Amino acid sequence: MTTLGQLALWLALLLGAWGTIVGFYGGLKQRPELIQSARRATYALCGVLVVASIGLLTALLKHDFNVTYVASYTSRNLPTVYILSAFYGGQAGSLLFWAVVLSVFGALAQLLTSRKYDYLLPYVAAVTSAVTLFFVIVTLFAANPFERLPFTPADGSGLNPQLQNPGMVVHPPMLYLGYISIAVPFAFAMAALISKRLDTGWLHALRKWTIVSWLFLSIGITLGMWWAYVELGWGGYWAWDPVENASFLPWLTMTAFLHSVMIQEKRGMLKKWNMVLISLSFLLSIFGTFITRSGIISSVHSFTQSSIGYYFLAFLILIILVVAWLLWSRLPVLESEAHLESMASREASFLFNNLLLVGIAFSVFWGTMFPILSELVRGTQVTVGPPFFNQVNVPIGLALLALTGIGPLIAWRKASLANLRRHFAAPVAAGVITGVILVALGVTHFYAAMAFTLAMFVVATVTQEFVRGVGARHRLHGEGYAQAFARLVGRNRRRYGGYVVHLGIVTYFVAFAGMAFKNETQASLKPGESVDLRSPFGYTYTFTHIGVSQYDELNRLVSAASVDVARDGERVGIMKSEKRQHFTCAQPIDPCPRGLREASFEPSTEAGIRSDVREDLYIVYAGSVEGTEEAVYRFTINPLVWWIWFGGFVLVVGGVVTLWPGTTVRAQRREETVGGYQVQLVGQGADA
Amino acid sequence: MQAKYKFLFGAVLVGGTVGFLMTSGIKDTGVYFLTPSELASKVSADPSFHDVGVKMGARVVHGSIERDVASQTITFEVTDGSQAYPVVYRGLAPDTFTDDVDVVVEGRLDPDGTFRATSLLAKCGSRYETVPSA
Repeated sequence: MTTLGQLALWLALLLGAWGTIVGFYGGLKQRPELIQSARRATYALCGVLVVASIGLLTALLKHDFNVTYVASYTSRNLPTVYILSAFYGGQAGSLLFWAVVLSVFGALAQLLTSRKYDYLLPYVAAVTSAVTLFFVIVTLFAANPFERLPFTPADGSGLNPQLQNPGMVVHPPMLYLGYISIAVPFAFAMAALISKRLDTGWLHALRKWTIVSWLFLSIGITLGMWWAYVELGWGGYWAWDPVENASFLPWLTMTAFLHSVMIQEKRGMLKKWNMVLISLSFLLSIFGTFITRSGIISSVHSFTQSSIGYYFLAFLILIILVVAWLLWSRLPVLESEAHLESMASREASFLFNNLLLVGIAFSVFWGTMFPILSELVRGTQVTVGPPFFNQVNVPIGLALLALTGIGPLIAWRKASLANLRRHFAAPVAAGVITGVILVALGVTHFYAAMAFTLAMFVVATVTQEFVRGVGARHRLHGEGYAQAFARLVGRNRRRYGGYVVHLGIVTYFVAFAGMAFKNETQASLKPGESVDLRSPFGYTYTFTHIGVSQYDELNRLVSAASVDVARDGERVGIMKSEKRQHFTCAQPIDPCPRGLREASFEPSTEAGIRSDVREDLYIVYAGSVEGTEEAVYRFTINPLVWWIWFGGFVLVVGGVVTLWPGTTVRAQRREETVGGYQVQLVGQGADA
Repeated sequence: MQAKYKFLFGAVLVGGTVGFLMTSGIKDTGVYFLTPSELASKVSADPSFHDVGVKMGARVVHGSIERDVASQTITFEVTDGSQAYPVVYRGLAPDTFTDDVDVVVEGRLDPDGTFRATSLLAKCGSRYETVPSA
């Protein structure tokens, strides 16, 4: 199967090159047979890469340890789900994964895009083929998953225990899907530039793509936070680690893009800016992949250092040059059709939203690259850590939160005083009241109090929108409230789905602010001894050490330490934290006898977590005093962490509402075809 | 056109704020990242450097780790091949902390030559993979 996979990769190399060349050439010369060929090349490319992937998966599942990749990332006793996740768990496999997913997206873009935009598709095929080609080249020449060893080991080395976690099965593919799917909007943008058809057509063609990739990125980042939280055991979910930052950067620019395209669609402004944003997002997604792979910046998440970095660096530079040249040569066609009329307008608020998002992106980029930059300039490395990122980004983030409430409601062009009063009187009051209550409760943390206040303001604006919309339908059409709600959302999915996404984001902010009140303590406890910890909600938790037990589980030896937890003297339950020593077997015997076990990797820690809507109890067993059951623990109380995962859920719901296919388009078509009813239907649409 | 200038003014304000936050952030929180030899030459050139918090990246000397679980203190020695320092760290060590790994310690170098670390990060050269041996 690996021979077949290898062959498929070589075929992919040819097909990628072919698709790129005929896509560009066929598009420029308007040669239908070449355009057709480019389209077919994207399908074929997708086909051969799927074959290559099946080849690798088969080798993994068959335990073909003669294949270096299989021997390096799996072992006989590895649970099947992790064998599958080993496909993208290692360097070479993840590059193949990139290539195959991108080829699927490239084929889907050809398949799903409306015929209206046929003039863009040859170039889209060329760009997606070119990017896929790059990943095929890297896979073939720098990190080939089908490479074989000169001998066949009895067992593989196994997968790093920290990757043996359900979160790690879904987090990387989600993040990759986000990264990779940005290539499609980028391809459309380039197609629009090359074809000089720079009306809003290309934006309409990829509206849903942009939201899909943004959603994948959001889910991927949130799952990454969840994985870090449950698996890394330091008690938090975001450490401003370079790799985390790398995933955050394209998310920021994509968020900015999602907002600024609305201005281009509505007012024909920001054409150049949008081109820059989408190109930047794509560059940052490649940059993120580069950071994780090159080892250029040390990070807990990174792969091994390797020469792959040079390939990526060259690719990045190439893209920058091509995009810069295209933009430069198309500048005259990118003139704005309107200009800003007032600072109190939706355009202005979206512009500031963009500035702030890009500002955050810039500071995160700068902070991430600072060790390298300072070494270049000053000769010594200076690093910045979480304090830097928080100090810079918390105030900007709060300004952004305020705009989340203002942007969607303020009028286009120029808001009148009446408009402002109508939309913002109640929400501002709600925010101020929240602030006063917080101060009265004795909350002295300024940023956290601001976050809660602004969050309430945004929630109030969204609630007000829903209430008003439902009320209007109820009055005008005599619909019941439930029906009115369903129709309101159904008829205007993009708008109301967007509001729900905003609610999700607000929920994240609230959860982040909660971490300002975290509390932790370390203790070394003999069985029966206990330690107290105060929670910000005023409870006192008592942790009593019960003991440490050892047992075998799957592919590991587990030492589990248990504590009895009580809240204000009332028993809550037992929590347990584990130290796991994974092993592989010298011979293929299952279960493995003790004598044949070889420890693989360092021992890993499994935190004990007890979560509710108020706060998480987070305990880490750090080890025992030599030969006794006296255990060293770290106990942490993390307030409001639950709300991050809930916020993620809300965000996905909002995203799905926005994306849901159906009546909006059909209703528009009905308006077009049934002319006689047009007035009435338009009337209905206007109040929604 | 007036709105455009107002916006530009706002943009400059936002840009300036971000720039200010970044420069002050780096000044307040930036930390030197040095190898033991670089630290040694910095300290010998300027003794007041003992009071500056630094990060030091080096390798743990084989067999030098001593753990006192009761007081949660770890002492070990790090080196970059030419300069070695003893390190004292109180707290929980990460899972990957063991002999011969690369570590990053953050803290201060005492005048007596002991590095007092407030944080300890261990990175494993082959963190997510191990190369199979024959």
